[in-house]
Amino acid sequence: MAYVALADREPELSHPHSFITKYIWSQDHKVIAIQYGLTAIAVGVVALILSVMMRLQLGFPDSFSLISPSEYYQFVTMHGMIMVIYLLTALFLGGFGNYLIPLMVGARDMVFPYLNMLSYWVYLLSVIILMASFFVTGGPTGAGWTLYPPQAIMFGTPGVEAGIVLMLASLAVFIVAFTMGGLNYVTTVLQARTHGMTLMRMPLSVWGIFTATVLGLLAFPALLVSAIMMTFDRLLGTSFFMPAIVSMGEQSAYDGGSPILFQHLFWFFGHPEVYIVALPAFGIVSDLLSTHARKNIFGYRMMVWAIVGIGGLSFIVWAHHMYVSGMNPYFGFFFATTTLIIAIPTAIKVYNWVLTLWQGNIHLTVPMLFAIGFIFTFVHGGLTGIFLGNVVVDLPLSDTYFVIAHFHMVMGVSPILVVFGAIYHWYPKMTGRMYNERLGQTHFWMTFLGTYAIYLPMHYLGFLGVPRRYFAYEGIEFIPESAQDLNAAITIAAIFVAFTQIIFFANMIWSLFKGKKAGSNPWGSTSLEWQTPNTPPIHGNWGDELPKVYRWAYDYSVPGAEKDFIPQNTPPSDKAPETNT
Amino acid sequence: MAEQALSNENMVAEGFSGIAQDWSDEKQAFQVPWGKAMMWIFLLSDTFIFSCFLTGYMHVRMNTTIAWPNPSEVFALTVFGAHIPLILIAIMTFILISSSGTMAMAVNFGYRKNRKVTAALIAATALFGLSFVGMQAFEWSKLIEEGVRPWGNPMGAAQFGSAFFMITGFHGMHVSIGVIYLSIIAFKVYRGDYDKKDNYEAVEIAGLYWHFVDLVWVFIFAFFYLW
Repeated sequence: MAYVALADREPELSHPHSFITKYIWSQDHKVIAIQYGLTAIAVGVVALILSVMMRLQLGFPDSFSLISPSEYYQFVTMHGMIMVIYLLTALFLGGFGNYLIPLMVGARDMVFPYLNMLSYWVYLLSVIILMASFFVTGGPTGAGWTLYPPQAIMFGTPGVEAGIVLMLASLAVFIVAFTMGGLNYVTTVLQARTHGMTLMRMPLSVWGIFTATVLGLLAFPALLVSAIMMTFDRLLGTSFFMPAIVSMGEQSAYDGGSPILFQHLFWFFGHPEVYIVALPAFGIVSDLLSTHARKNIFGYRMMVWAIVGIGGLSFIVWAHHMYVSGMNPYFGFFFATTTLIIAIPTAIKVYNWVLTLWQGNIHLTVPMLFAIGFIFTFVHGGLTGIFLGNVVVDLPLSDTYFVIAHFHMVMGVSPILVVFGAIYHWYPKMTGRMYNERLGQTHFWMTFLGTYAIYLPMHYLGFLGVPRRYFAYEGIEFIPESAQDLNAAITIAAIFVAFTQIIFFANMIWSLFKGKKAGSNPWGSTSLEWQTPNTPPIHGNWGDELPKVYRWAYDYSVPGAEKDFIPQNTPPSDKAPETNT
Repeated sequence: MAEQALSNENMVAEGFSGIAQDWSDEKQAFQVPWGKAMMWIFLLSDTFIFSCFLTGYMHVRMNTTIAWPNPSEVFALTVFGAHIPLILIAIMTFILISSSGTMAMAVNFGYRKNRKVTAALIAATALFGLSFVGMQAFEWSKLIEEGVRPWGNPMGAAQFGSAFFMITGFHGMHVSIGVIYLSIIAFKVYRGDYDKKDNYEAVEIAGLYWHFVDLVWVFIFAFFYLW
């Protein structure tokens, strides 16, 4: 029997017939991706509403009595956790990862579709557990998204009755879901590419999502372990993280534990988590810039190695979140050094994005606007990261609004801009219809300028020393009156941005029914997902035969070519000259 | 596997250039089935879980305010009038490592398509695993009788009980899942599922998991009982 390479074996696909197996208990990666995406966006909207409530309190402390101080803490916690994990991680990896990986590498589906389906349903369970904490005694936990012990499980913190337990349980369940999905994404990229698709021919989106997934598989274990240990501390009375504490005049039952241990475990997860969110954004934005500038990505190999390098480095920088925790100063030196080294691959990426635009044939489509907007916000947030990476600069700025501004710029606004750009970019492929251009442009400008109006002033608040996580700032002497005016302005901008998103949702829903037919490749894109025989792609993606790849994903404006792009599956010929990749 | 590898024209270079060739190849980076690749990646992730548990435990142990109990005394048994430290743990370790031996033999017989012997060896492995879990249950109940609880114990630092129940519990859970997993595989082998597919790779994948659980125990044994 002739040897059949393992990758040539046709996978056994499920062939669903009823509505339920097609769209609900579906094993098709595209349906799962959309389920993931819609769920993530739905919880994201909840987190957005929470942030508006908090901003109303901060901007106009005397005019609204919508929330109590306890609720403020609870909303801070839920807003942070939802945005970072249940929205961005789930949307980039579960949503875009699921949709794009098989299409971009030319596979029919993920390698284990059933596991993939299970991943979504377990994710949904974790979301339900998280949302349930709003309705239990004491409400959700108010420990802050970092959940630092001892206060996270000490009486006096809101939500200590049940909220914290549900939060930890939900995180554990999320990690199970992520592992099932993540194993699929990694294995699909490594083992199930189509003929001719080498790793160095993959679009950068796949590289970003792939590396982020690897980071997730190695970083989430630390969160799982800390969640288990803290659950034991809370429910069984163990003292892993709990030192001897006198609380309300009484010695607590805890003794001899180490709160710093939690911080190490948490940030060993937490810092890679930043890049789990950022790397897919890096990858996707590279593809958007290249496609809409009709120019190959500048320095493809460097871009790949920068992604991999950032991923590797992200595991040895975690303690830069802990400069004020009371570590050995030599640790601070080490972690400051590694942190600043990350600026090198990151700068490579930024320069390459800009050089991709250089002399490009730039089409200012909506995805392109969001991609360029991302470069601005990311450089901005990245530069403040260099401030905070230095121990001596970090100490006075730690726990002020400067930190809030920094991480919202770099891992809030920037990835969200890419999410919007990516949704606009792939919307024609997912639905077969075009979005409304004018609404899209309006949405971009209002969101982009609005977010700057929110976060730029926060840097000044930070310099003034305005502390984060405070319910109100009355009677604090060193904060001038004018800081309150700035806070009010930020709140107005925040509400403006929140309502702007209605334009986005209206556009998406309206275009789903009334949008122009988009055709199979409206952007003239080279990568494989635009070369599917059907739009939107049907179950199995490729019809009878898998595509064959002959070139990299960035053959734009090749001299001598017929069109200004050559799809990856076009064989070399006179009209499609071979490029050196 | 050897015949397959030889007839595959892609596999030429050895050593580092072979690795480079694999990674720059089309379609796949490793010449292994999907399930096996996925199991390896999962085990890498699981390694990080156990590493975090053990690192956390070591940190806690070094930072306790009360002295840590001496494990060789806590885990000593008096058998036939002789007081032997760590005797039960030694037997458990011996059994688990033996089970890795039967598992490796099962994989070998699987590739020879020897259905009955393979099924018997996997079943033996599962039985070894089950006896390991049984002895762990005995160990737990003995300690509980002596007053060891997750939140405290009469011998010393409260974290001793916490870390003991958490880490051995998590490992015991892995062994129990492994026993169930192996029983299913043994049943499928016996029923002839893999003869029909002419493919026994599922046995090897289960073997990978089992060896991993075994290897982790060696580390737990070293760091928890011998330290």
